[in-house]
Amino acid sequence: MANRPMLEIVSLEKRFGPNTILKKIDLKVAEGELVFVIGPSGSGKSTMLRCCNRLEEPTSGDIIVDGRNIMAGTRRDLDRMRLQIGMVFQGFHLYPHMSVLKNVTLAQRKALKRSKAEADARAIDMLEQVGMAHKADAYPGELSGGQQQRVAIARSLALDPKVMLFDEPTSALDPELVGSVLKVMKDLKSKGMTMVVVSHEMGFARETADRVVFMDGGVVVEQGTPDEIFGAPKAERTRTFLSRVSG
Amino acid sequence: MDIFIDQFFNIDIMRKSLPLLFKGLWMTLQLCSAVILLGLIGGLFVALGNMSERRWLRWISIAYTDLFRALPPLVLLIFIYAGLPFAGINISPFAAVVIAFLLNNSSYYAEVYRAGLISVAKGQWEAAQSTGLSPVQTLIHVVLPQAVRNVLPDLLSNTVEVVKLTSLASVISLSELLYNAGMARSVTYNASPLVLAALFYLVLLWPLVRLVSHFQRRLAA
Repeated sequence: MANRPMLEIVSLEKRFGPNTILKKIDLKVAEGELVFVIGPSGSGKSTMLRCCNRLEEPTSGDIIVDGRNIMAGTRRDLDRMRLQIGMVFQGFHLYPHMSVLKNVTLAQRKALKRSKAEADARAIDMLEQVGMAHKADAYPGELSGGQQQRVAIARSLALDPKVMLFDEPTSALDPELVGSVLKVMKDLKSKGMTMVVVSHEMGFARETADRVVFMDGGVVVEQGTPDEIFGAPKAERTRTFLSRVSG
Repeated sequence: MDIFIDQFFNIDIMRKSLPLLFKGLWMTLQLCSAVILLGLIGGLFVALGNMSERRWLRWISIAYTDLFRALPPLVLLIFIYAGLPFAGINISPFAAVVIAFLLNNSSYYAEVYRAGLISVAKGQWEAAQSTGLSPVQTLIHVVLPQAVRNVLPDLLSNTVEVVKLTSLASVISLSELLYNAGMARSVTYNASPLVLAALFYLVLLWPLVRLVSHFQRRLAA
């Protein structure tokens, strides 16, 4: 990848009291790249992702998105920069008291100050992209988990983010619904979106990821192409982990 | 039996006391509007203070809710109405009632709001803020509507209590519904105006009480 870096994590450290969750992590993600992060639970992979938009406040280090350090600046600067960093959660977190359409237009209207017509049009576009336009008037409670997650993706995409972060996007889904969400993510990748994905969907990683990062104990143990990591892992810890998950 | 009916359900006396009672009802309604509206707003701020990351703000809020829930509202009312003039502050009976019941009532509303805010999943805050909404926007558009919906029966119950509470204002001679009914009673030597006032309260509050039950059932379902 010769592309410029879209997301740079620079010596990121996160401590909770006496525990160090992330130990000086460095990671660069190029424009259009899909980086897939794997590791045992408690390895710090979700914390790292959540530090990228400061939902989790880093203890030290820098997060640079398209050349701008999100650790610098005021709270308002942070709100503005979060528009460029989409995030998809394990638990979807759609707003249950709003229709699907309103879920996708809320931040467009309030944070981006788009007009209602503009926001609605954009929302329908995005919902079409994830195959959910026919449910624009439904409420989240009426949708399956897979459908809710696709709406959540549309909600982020509608803000034209430069990077999308996925925090175990399919872990809460019934197996038969996982495919629909992965397909949307694959489409997104083919359109050139920069993505960081924390997930256990190894098959998806093999097929779609440009790079696989293995984390354990708050450090990046090993990284490489899917073939390198899944085919010939160098570190002992990576081998142990992979044998356990494929077990 | 005739004496009983004559003493409590004397239609003629009720009719005569009607204008006075309506005047009192109007005062009661004004009191309620002021206390409920200000209480709902003040309670929200106290609840937010209670959940703040700043420790001193939390402490102030906790001290406030503890103090004003523990103090009997009538004691508070007499203290403010009869005590403040000694400090050189003269306020009208209406203002005294509003302030006393606002202090009492906003701390109850605050506790209800707090329960509601806690009931909204943390993921809602995170999702909204990850899309660039400010904390205030997140509160207004995402968290508060869900929080209020979750505690609507309790908010309404508390509101019913406020309406009943305002009858205490009669103690400092504010001419609200109960005070005027008492006046009518002492002029006519007959308790029928009090029964009529009770009827007024019933008509005022019964729909609210029904509504509480309705929401409770709907939330339980």
